[in-house]
Amino acid sequence: MATRPPEPRGDLARDALPPPPGAELLGGDHTLASVTEKIASITLTRRTPWGWFLGFAISFTLFMGLLWAVVNLLFVGIGVWGPNVPVGWGFDIINLVWWIGIGHAGTLISAILLLFRQQWRTSINRFAEAMTLFAVACAVFYPVFHTGRPWLAVYWLFPYPNTMGLWPQFRSPLIWDVFAISTYGLVSALFWFVGLIPDFATLRDRARSKPWKIAYGMLAMGWRGSARHWHNYDTAYLLLAGLATPLVISVHSVVSLDFAVGIVPGWHATIFPPYFVAGAIYAGFAMVLTLAIPLRKFYGLEDFITMRHLENMAKVMLATGLIVAYGYMVETFMAWYSANEYERFMIWNRMTGPYWPMYAALILCNVVMINTLWVKNLRTSVPYLFFISFVVSVGMWLERYVIIVTSLHRDFLPSSWGMYSGTAYDWSAFVGTIGLFLTLFFLFIRFLPVISIFEMRSILPEAEAKENA
Amino acid sequence: MSAPLPPDDLSGIRRRLADSRGRVFWKSLEELSGSARFKEFLEREFPEQASEWDDPEGRRDFLRVMGASLALAGLTGCTRQPEEKIVPYVRAPEDELPGRPLFFATAVVDDGYARGVLVESHMGRPTKVEGNPDHPLSLGATDAFAQAAILQLYDPDRSQTLTYRGEIRPWGNFLAAMHSAVAAQRAAGGAGVRLLTGTVTSPTLIGQVQEFLATLPGARWHQWEPAGPHQTSGLQHRIEAADLLLSLDADFVGAGPARVRDARAYTSRRKLQPGGPAMNRLYVVESAPSLTGALADHRLAVRPSEVDRIARAIVGALDGGVASAEPGHQAWIAALATDLQRHAGRSLVLAGEWQPPAVHALARDLNQRLGNVGRTVTYSAVPPAGDAFGSLRELAADMDAGRVSLLVVSGTNPVYTAPVDLEFSARMDKVGLRVHLGLYQDETAERCHWHVPEAHTFESWGDARAADGTVTILQPLIAPLYGGKTAHELLAALTDRPERTAYEIVREHWQTGGGLGGDFERAWQQALHDGVVRAPAAEGTATLPAAPTASTTPAAAPFAAAPVAAAETQGLELAFRPDPSVYDGRFANVGWLQELPKPLTKLTWDNAALMSPRTAARLGITTEATSRGTTTDLVLLRYRGRAVTAPALAVPGHPDETVTVHLGYGRARAGRVGSGLGFNAYALRTSDAPWSGAGLEVAKTGERYTLAVTQEHWSLEGRNIVRAATRAQHERDPHFAARLGHKPGRELTMYPEHKYEGYAWGMAIDLNSCVGCNACVVACQAENNIPVVGKDQVARGREMHWLRVDQYYTGAVEDPDTYFAPVPCMHCEMAPCEVVCPVAATVHSEEGLNDMVYNRCVGTRYCSNNCPYKVRRFNFFLYSDWETPSLKLGRNPDVTVRSRGVMEKCTYCVQRINHARVQAKNEDRKVRDGEIQTACAQACPGRAIVFGDINDPRSEVARLKADPRNYGMLEELNTRPRTTYLAAVRNPNPEMPDQPALAPGTASHG
Repeated sequence: MATRPPEPRGDLARDALPPPPGAELLGGDHTLASVTEKIASITLTRRTPWGWFLGFAISFTLFMGLLWAVVNLLFVGIGVWGPNVPVGWGFDIINLVWWIGIGHAGTLISAILLLFRQQWRTSINRFAEAMTLFAVACAVFYPVFHTGRPWLAVYWLFPYPNTMGLWPQFRSPLIWDVFAISTYGLVSALFWFVGLIPDFATLRDRARSKPWKIAYGMLAMGWRGSARHWHNYDTAYLLLAGLATPLVISVHSVVSLDFAVGIVPGWHATIFPPYFVAGAIYAGFAMVLTLAIPLRKFYGLEDFITMRHLENMAKVMLATGLIVAYGYMVETFMAWYSANEYERFMIWNRMTGPYWPMYAALILCNVVMINTLWVKNLRTSVPYLFFISFVVSVGMWLERYVIIVTSLHRDFLPSSWGMYSGTAYDWSAFVGTIGLFLTLFFLFIRFLPVISIFEMRSILPEAEAKENA
Repeated sequence: MSAPLPPDDLSGIRRRLADSRGRVFWKSLEELSGSARFKEFLEREFPEQASEWDDPEGRRDFLRVMGASLALAGLTGCTRQPEEKIVPYVRAPEDELPGRPLFFATAVVDDGYARGVLVESHMGRPTKVEGNPDHPLSLGATDAFAQAAILQLYDPDRSQTLTYRGEIRPWGNFLAAMHSAVAAQRAAGGAGVRLLTGTVTSPTLIGQVQEFLATLPGARWHQWEPAGPHQTSGLQHRIEAADLLLSLDADFVGAGPARVRDARAYTSRRKLQPGGPAMNRLYVVESAPSLTGALADHRLAVRPSEVDRIARAIVGALDGGVASAEPGHQAWIAALATDLQRHAGRSLVLAGEWQPPAVHALARDLNQRLGNVGRTVTYSAVPPAGDAFGSLRELAADMDAGRVSLLVVSGTNPVYTAPVDLEFSARMDKVGLRVHLGLYQDETAERCHWHVPEAHTFESWGDARAADGTVTILQPLIAPLYGGKTAHELLAALTDRPERTAYEIVREHWQTGGGLGGDFERAWQQALHDGVVRAPAAEGTATLPAAPTASTTPAAAPFAAAPVAAAETQGLELAFRPDPSVYDGRFANVGWLQELPKPLTKLTWDNAALMSPRTAARLGITTEATSRGTTTDLVLLRYRGRAVTAPALAVPGHPDETVTVHLGYGRARAGRVGSGLGFNAYALRTSDAPWSGAGLEVAKTGERYTLAVTQEHWSLEGRNIVRAATRAQHERDPHFAARLGHKPGRELTMYPEHKYEGYAWGMAIDLNSCVGCNACVVACQAENNIPVVGKDQVARGREMHWLRVDQYYTGAVEDPDTYFAPVPCMHCEMAPCEVVCPVAATVHSEEGLNDMVYNRCVGTRYCSNNCPYKVRRFNFFLYSDWETPSLKLGRNPDVTVRSRGVMEKCTYCVQRINHARVQAKNEDRKVRDGEIQTACAQACPGRAIVFGDINDPRSEVARLKADPRNYGMLEELNTRPRTTYLAAVRNPNPEMPDQPALAPGTASHG
């Protein structure tokens, strides 16, 4: 039973909405009570399935690989990874950009779709936001530990007053990164936490054991569900959405400037910011799909995460994927059109040089495969969507590999050309961050409501009726 | 101790006084007050806790706490501070100013011949070698070996103890053993005694040996130098005087004891300065790619055996005959002959060390015909090295026959270097008593009874001649680190006066021999100071009055002999060369040289079977550049019944159907650095064909091998990085270099301009003067404490050289034109690295230097990514050796030893700039032009690198930058490099069939 009455009014976004096509957003025959029960039971009452333990164990083991790689890195040196001269960055920055990109879907779903009043976001926004946070956690690992002296990098990159009057170089895109990513992480965390407060209160009220009551009670921050609370809550949530919205654009734009500001052929391109943002959303939605499909299956959440959700996400992927493909096209065109010998060589080397398989695979993933989503049958096939979401994730990783490695490995002076490949430590750290990500995600599934309870209830016909009454 | 007690209130004291009976003595108000706190204070006045001893329980607690504290205190002492004694100078050494280096003249002696050097000494520690400007074979420049001598001096793997059968013995025991051994030989007149040394030019040592041989007439002296020079026939050439040079496999800038002088002489005719000497022209016929071949205006790559035929054909063509004997090369030879005739008396023909006496005789004949003798060639009486192979063969035969009972080996390693057919090692074991003097416990030391650690040149008194006969008296820079002895002391040990030191022996020789002229003491001091003995007697007999005529040429007979039989040239030919980095193997344990990219292959830490790309393709050899190194096929080299396995490497410009191998690798006992690297080419080398021979079979083994190669791409990709023209083009259009590029206007930047009001340091590198010898690279490494990273790290592209010599080929892969371009940091005025460093660890100085602040660097490597010249180097690991004590002595105290995780790069030797600036300021003047020389510029034999203040229009560097040939590498990126290049100009003969492919760098727009 719900411990508090369904809120009599929705947020601002919902107020102005036409009656939702509820059936598509919410399957089955649900009532307010059943929605709460269904979602809260995952955390509170149901036995933790053995699959959870298995998944957690695997993820945690992978995560230990990260620990191994990092301990080695700290004691032996960054040389255990693959970078060299000329390829000064490798897996470190590839993975940084990959993870940051994945995080984007969460913010987009939470903030932009909220502002655009896309009600279908409701059932996926909670775990998409969680995913954002975890992805950012994985991402920030790289810029810190890829430096030669992480123990200094971890604070020297911040502008803090010191007796030597030393400041960071504000012209460096890496400093912009520091601000962009830290802001992003902070706002995302706030947004996620604020969204969780009413649900924490629900869990507090439904928890049966004292420790859980206390734990959820502290997290609920005294939420009682009064009208005043709801009023403040809606305002705060909307404001945070407003704050987060520019971040969707800015973070990956700034990350792309790490490359665009450099003079390396293959990096020095003005198209990078929009093309990176599109790529980020593309990758992010793929990751949401990767997570949502097993989640709804194993926890029986097909009623909440319906085919309409999946199809919408596929459409977003198709749209952003096409923007990314356009980016590749423009890069190639500009290399020819600029008549710059270094640019021309760079693109030719990408296509035919030693890393051509990477580029070919990239085109296959991000240009060829994504176009299959035009077909409705494929777009609405859950197994296919699961598959394509992996293809996109791989494709986006390859994209960063191609941009970073193939641009650096043959730049201006042929005498300095070289080759790059990741080492066992690189792979271990990469797989380890995936382990970290999944570990956090498993903990999240276990201890927090994976779907926003109160928001789900607001799209019930029941709530609609009361609201309209 | 307890806190001071506040006096109790006075009323209490008064009360107590009133209560007391009799006289009370009190010392303080506290005592008077008689408070409990005061009693406690009294009790605890002495060591804190002392009172606890009185209380059985308290004592237990106290001991417990103390015990724990002691145990914990031990934990903080993990790093034990070394016990050090400070001994101040009672009387300070003369001229010794802390922080101010001193320079002493001496010489490095690598193959018996001296090259004069000045050694920088910081507080008694030699740290850097510079050329001696007063020495005719150095002229202020050095080569890579001389630069690396410092590291060899401090090599921790050097032999450190005198041993007898592997056990440590004192010097006295050795003297006694030698005394009895020689005494035992005396009866037979010393017939069983053999001395084996390297080439000896030392007048003192020659005197000692002759003295020794006089007392033991039956004894023999053998000299063995595996890599020569073997054919010093007394010929002295003057390259600077020749307008036309023809090299018959003579690598005069890359090998030989006169290479530094010859490189200077050659480049002096390539400066293209107005009013300077006219440009010379160089023809090279060579059997393996060499530095000299890379400089050639016309180059003919032929198999080793063909050089003889080509030389004959040239002689024939001069006679007016047609070079019919040489199908395919007639036009080349005919045009050359015409050009030779045109330059009669102003030309010079040189035959290479690697060619048999017949070719030398042909060269001599050519010089004679062309009237060059007395003009560009003279003959002097430098003691010839003799027939090294014959001498060693004789020794081996004697040993085999049991005629040798005492063998003294000094400064050479025959067990490793002797031709394989002599079976030296096995035969040596038949000798009764074997004595070895050497820097290392090497292969020969292992098989000798006695091993005496040799003093390094910089630890020794001695003397040596240069290739032109100039004598240098060697003086030590430091007392022997490991109690090493010199060859002089070893020889003295064989005589009746064994206890003399090298100093006494050398001084005595010069004093009694009278080689220094009248006032001995004064002349001795002068000779030591100058590094050159100027007295005429020391120069040996002067130039021979009359050069031999063609008819008296000693090798007239081989000249007449029939050309090499065709049958012998079937199959592949094998050519041996000393390694450009480790020479004959003696530098195998010197990390700087192992990691030095060899010219033309850029190979480090290995040798390889070098062959032409066409031969490699025929043999099915594939080479692949990977992120872990260059992988290539291992091949089995089968030659005259012996075989070794070697990695194959294709080299553009290598003659077809020939394989070149470098000596000096495959060492078993070189030390921790050099043992087990590469393959041993000596295992194929026989005494009858020391430098080349036919009958090689090459077969792929199917295995792969990883090589560490620092440059894998040789093509310019049509880029204008290296700009070049022919002499005719240059004369027509002196501004050709500017036309080949695109220099953006100064307004094309968003960043504010830097202002350089004081000095503005800059560098100009003349591509026409760079001979690619690598001296600058090692000089930079020595000056700037650059670490050695090892083969694996080089293979991964992490070498640390601040200065590298890029090398590009243009034209056909069979016969390319080669260009060298030394690349230090460009010190861009608009540096791409500076804006991207997030912590501002690389910043611009007001004199235009691009400074690197190691302390501030966190190691994001963004600067390296954004550097278009890729001159930045990153410490991926702790590359610098922070542990080995002896290596610490050799470091430059003015340069930071970098730690892990920081970026580094060329600083324009900022420590030298600062030194000069301080000096100038103290003397209230500006820094003079030429006062600051970067380490690379100072070492350069070709004077290709010039450094100075570009704000001073009269400076040398400003003058060079005003030359129309001056251009900036990648200047279209608007980096405004401070290091600029002077385009190369080649001087081809328009009548020759092979014209340079030229114009590397086509016009382009950034």
